[in-house]
Amino acid sequence: MSNITDLKLVELVDKIKKKELSSTEATIAFIERSKKSKKLNAYISENYENAIKKAKIFDQKPDFKKKLPGIPIAVKDLFCTKNIRTTAGSKILENFIPTYESTVTQNILDEGGIVIGKLNCDEFAMGSSNETSYFGNVQNPVSENLVPGGSSGGSSSALAAKLTPATIGTDTGGSIRQPASFTGTVGLKPTYGSCSRYGIVAFASSLDQAGPMTHDVRDCSLMFEIMSTYDTKDSTSVDFKRENYLNNLNENIKGKKIGIPKEYRVDGMPKEIDELWEKGIKIIKENGGQIIEISLPNTNYALPTYYIVAPAEASSNLARYDGVKYGFRSKGENLIDMYEKTRSEGFGDEVKRRIMIGTYVLSSGYYDAYYLKAQKVRRLIKNDFDEAYKKVDAILTPSTPNSAFKIGEKLNDPVSMYLNDIFTVPINLAGLPAISIPAGHDKKGYPLGLQVIGKAFDEQSILNIAFALEKNISFKNNITDWWIK
Amino acid sequence: MSKNNGEYLIIRNDNKYEVIIGLEVHAQVLSESKLFSTSSTKFGSEPNTQVSLVDAAFPGMLPVINEHCIKQAVKTGIGLKAKINKRSIFDRKNYFYADLPQGYQISQYKDPIVGEGSVTLDMPNGEINIGIERLHLEQDAGKSIHDIDPQNTLVDLNRSGVALMEIVSKPDLRSLDEVNAYIKKLRSIMRYLGTCDGNMQEGSLRADVNVSVRKKGDKKLGTRCEIKNVNSIKFMQMAIDFEANRQVDVIEEGGSINQETRLFDTKKNETRSMRSKEDAHDYRYFPDPDLLPLELNDNYIDQIKKDIPELPDEKKKRFIEKFKLSPYEANILVSDIEISKYFEEVSKNSDVKLATNWITGELFALLNEKNIEITESPISSKNLSKLINLIKDGTISGKIAKSVFEIMRDGDKDPTIIVEEKGLKQQSDPKELENLINKVITENPKNVEAYKSGKDKLFGFFVGQVMKNSNGKANPKLVNEILKKKLN
Repeated sequence: MSNITDLKLVELVDKIKKKELSSTEATIAFIERSKKSKKLNAYISENYENAIKKAKIFDQKPDFKKKLPGIPIAVKDLFCTKNIRTTAGSKILENFIPTYESTVTQNILDEGGIVIGKLNCDEFAMGSSNETSYFGNVQNPVSENLVPGGSSGGSSSALAAKLTPATIGTDTGGSIRQPASFTGTVGLKPTYGSCSRYGIVAFASSLDQAGPMTHDVRDCSLMFEIMSTYDTKDSTSVDFKRENYLNNLNENIKGKKIGIPKEYRVDGMPKEIDELWEKGIKIIKENGGQIIEISLPNTNYALPTYYIVAPAEASSNLARYDGVKYGFRSKGENLIDMYEKTRSEGFGDEVKRRIMIGTYVLSSGYYDAYYLKAQKVRRLIKNDFDEAYKKVDAILTPSTPNSAFKIGEKLNDPVSMYLNDIFTVPINLAGLPAISIPAGHDKKGYPLGLQVIGKAFDEQSILNIAFALEKNISFKNNITDWWIK
Repeated sequence: MSKNNGEYLIIRNDNKYEVIIGLEVHAQVLSESKLFSTSSTKFGSEPNTQVSLVDAAFPGMLPVINEHCIKQAVKTGIGLKAKINKRSIFDRKNYFYADLPQGYQISQYKDPIVGEGSVTLDMPNGEINIGIERLHLEQDAGKSIHDIDPQNTLVDLNRSGVALMEIVSKPDLRSLDEVNAYIKKLRSIMRYLGTCDGNMQEGSLRADVNVSVRKKGDKKLGTRCEIKNVNSIKFMQMAIDFEANRQVDVIEEGGSINQETRLFDTKKNETRSMRSKEDAHDYRYFPDPDLLPLELNDNYIDQIKKDIPELPDEKKKRFIEKFKLSPYEANILVSDIEISKYFEEVSKNSDVKLATNWITGELFALLNEKNIEITESPISSKNLSKLINLIKDGTISGKIAKSVFEIMRDGDKDPTIIVEEKGLKQQSDPKELENLINKVITENPKNVEAYKSGKDKLFGFFVGQVMKNSNGKANPKLVNEILKKKLN
């Protein structure tokens, strides 16, 4: 079996359950491919030996009732994993080994999953190209020197390059959907409160959500079903009725009302993206769905609002990295000097930029003008969606305003980098679920994605719509193994 | 300083200054576990043995509110006759310090759990009401220890995350006596409610003190200074007295007061500037996104109200009405919940007047001498009650009772048994007493002669002789009666 790594997650699970494949064989296959793919720099930490050991243990006494029976999986390095180094892509946590497991990864382990490694990401998930990672750039397997998106860039790269059959990321402003879009993969940002944040290194607490990244919508449904649990260790976790998302998955979208927000037709958007959107609209109509023009009037304010709220929370969330208790510490003359040196040397430029922005907008005298106003606008953005959902079941937009760009291309232009998140950020501000699915290529041959936005806790509907789109689009990722010699 | 009419005034060059005091009391919530984690709050454990991943702010750790602490705050609010806010918000107060692992303290800023209330104080000139501004919940910090290692500061996080109630008074206090009464009353209310043990030695009750002065008669408040973290009533009084006099001196010299935070040096008995208003921290308060707003419904609050025990003010009223105690006596007996419990146990089965006198007299003297709390009293309420009944039914005299009490204090022995064993029972048989009296009369013919000729004062001599011959056991009342009959 030479192409174990070509299998989708659901296929892999099926083969293992049918005993056509052992966990050990699967685990070794993905590890071997990962070893040959060092050039992508998708991994920060490898857990290969330990994973093979676990796979062997699984095979000795396999439990096929599990949803991920002995399935190897690499995860974003923002999830704390017991006894496996967790860095959040930062020097300040370079040698940090948690004694605890995040709820989401625990859910995966409980279903039989085996962690084969920790995947690269932007430092503290702050970035859209994986270029802010202390552990270096990640290559997009689509083409050499192309960014894989961010912040879950190691995850999207590893998935698209088939180093892992599925993966998990976190999405604060688009960090799952944008890299999924850039690599021709599927990424779901669940409703805020759906997946527990316990044990995930925090970036912006009111926006952060973990979610699956997979080859297709079926895999995505399975992963989401496993990840999403009510957790009393996270006060913002919501106890809603969770479905059997994979079982319930169907492509029947007859009668579904899909909104098209006019504010997402931004100036200067490449023609291919417009065409892609039209293609999506056409498929929905052809499958019995109804297209309704809607307005989300405060869309323009989403990005500035996001760049106040997220840094404000981050500036406080990152205060704990002070060199006192764990992580990197630089020697200082006194306490203040130690803080300054530790944080100057331990954090990268983008993280420092956001800490400074966040500290500024929360300062007395500026709080009302920035943070408080941003909270009010955030409410208005949420209201826009509430209004829209009186008329529609879901909303269709492009995932990003452009395809993947070259490494280094936007590194010195933060604003242009931030604009990448223009279609994804409003959804985090509103706390809604959204999925990005690959839908086509631009003229350079780089993948482009469509985003389906749903009502709160109605992940099933957007999975179903995405499933229908996926079927009709028949996207094919033209990835050659250029990085393997 | 003058204290005429109970007034606390500072006098300089014929100018009289009034002192305005407000207190921010930090009371540790009585709770097994911390405000946002399940770690124990036990005092005096080995350093860093009561620290969870949440308390030490490990990556990805999240606070989860301890419902018991909410209940305690609501209870205390009710005890302070305060408004319970059905919606309150936890905010982050951001600052860096080695013993603050999160880099922020979770506190309540704009929307505290409890709003305005009041506390009644009994002062010599009558009752006064002190306004409560608010009560909010917050986390305690850890402890930085600078004097163990000469090179390093050590940090103990056992206290990190322990729940505190910050109770902010209005600037209604005017004297050191009122400060004393206020702290004692707060402590008493919280101990009645079981929401704070009020143990100042263990730091369960500390206060920031706000002090300003103004010329008597002025309406406008002066600029205040805040004295941080004072941990005993005595130190609060010393700090206020020093600070008020310092402020008066500055004003008298033509200067003005700078709003600032000061520290009280207990060794030098002075306050020192810590930081001015300009250097004040910018805490960048904002709602903690890890915690949802706290919402309480009427049913929840009503349920807590139902479980509120009788509080000192009500108990005092009841003691005065039911037991006919004086306000002074009632005040003493209700000041501490344990004293009031002890009193009610004793008086349940014995004379109230005697119970009051014996508790506030002999028992308090004993507790003072041993420097112990009433809960550690060597004499149980049951046995004190028995002793009082022995006096009341004439088995022993009050004087004998005192010597029985002396024996009881070493081991809580049943007074009935002591009286039995030592033969201390009062002699009340008229025949036996008559024999004793006859003997005294026969042995002292000269004094009998003198008495009969008008030396009335000698009556006491005869009583004394009878008592002496009976080893103090003769019933003094009967001795008096019989002796009078015999001699007249």
